[in-house]
Formats: sequence, structure tokens, C-alpha cells
Amino acid sequence: MDTVILISQVLMSLALILAFVRVVRGPSLPDRVVALELFASIVVGLVGVYAIKVDVSSFLDAAIVIALMGFLAAIGFARFLERGGPRDD
Amino acid sequence: MIEMIKGFLILTGAVFMLLAALGILRLPDLLTRMHATTKAAALGVILIMLAVALHFGEVAVVARAFAIIVFVIMTAPVAAHVIGRAGYFVGSKLWSGTVKDELRPNYDPLTHELKSGLETEANAVHQPRDRDPT
Repeated sequence: MDTVILISQVLMSLALILAFVRVVRGPSLPDRVVALELFASIVVGLVGVYAIKVDVSSFLDAAIVIALMGFLAAIGFARFLERGGPRDD
Repeated sequence: MIEMIKGFLILTGAVFMLLAALGILRLPDLLTRMHATTKAAALGVILIMLAVALHFGEVAVVARAFAIIVFVIMTAPVAAHVIGRAGYFVGSKLWSGTVKDELRPNYDPLTHELKSGLETEANAVHQPRDRDPT
């Protein structure tokens, strides 16, 4: 079980790095927003796996909050994109 | 047995998340990238939360894990729709190999007017609303 958890953590860390490459490279603001939303999903998965690893179920509350924040950030960014405002991309 | 199912669920979830990240890195334009992230990442979260529910096996924890699953299933399409719409409006480029863009001939990006092909004389008149973007 420990090896499985380690492998999945490595895979998800790799996924975080790949998503971060997309955040840096852009090329446009919507691409970065999509990558940031993917960040939130991957972190929720990481928190879940960590909760299994250390056998503490309270981490799930953090996962709920992260999922909520990711959704609200996506909605907020999309509204910001549509309503305008100074952009530089 | 439960250990095996748990390990399988965790590994598959992690692999699907890696697939989502690969998709967002390798696919050519915004909409195809969103296609990769929303579905694969949501499935990864769902599988890992199922593993969490199996691991703890208490009512409170299972309820929270299922709450996360329901939340992800409900919000992923909404967020994808909103971001895709914003991306189309700000004019992010489509992939050069895109076969069909059904919105382009029917949609005027300056006035935000959408034609349905069912216009008549009566409803063809544009009635500006005060919250129209100028």
C-alpha cells in the first residue's frame, strides 16, 4: 500500500509540474485559468491520498474547501475576462 | 481484497490526473485543453475519493467523500462552460485543424447578437437593453 501511495504521489506531482508549465507558457489568459483550475483538482487528489497515508480523515475538509475555492476562482476569472478590464497577455 | 481495490482506485485516479496534465500541455488550443482537464481531472478526483471512502469506512467520512464527488460532478461542467464562453468572447484562437465552428457565422462579437436562423420580421428588430455592453 505504501508503494502504491508513493507512486500515485509521484504521478500527481508530475501532473502539477506539467500544469505549471502551461501556466507559465500561456499563451493567453484563458489557458492559464484552465491550468489553475486543473491545479485545484490535482491538489484535491493529493490531499485525499495524503489522508489515506496518514489515516487522518479531517484532511477531507481541506479538500472540500480547495474544490470550492477552485470553482469560485474559475467563475471569478471568467467574469473578469468577459467584463473586460486591463489585460496584458 | 479491499486493499487491492483501494490501490487500484488510487493508481487509476493518479494516472488520469497525469493524463489531464499531459493533455493541457500537449493539446493545441483552449477548447481541446479544456476537454482534457475537465473530464480526466474530475474522474481522477472521483476515483481517489472512492478510495478514501473505502479506506475509512465510517459514515461521516464516506458522506464527506461523496459530498466532494457530487460537488466535482456538479461544478466541473459549469466552470468549463463559463471559461470556454469567456475564452471564445475574448477571441482565443482555435486550432488550425478545427473542422467546424458553428458559432462564427451566427454570432457577432461586437454586439453579442446570436442568430438562430429562425428570425422573422417581428423579432428581427434589435431591442437594446440597458445592460448591453457598449
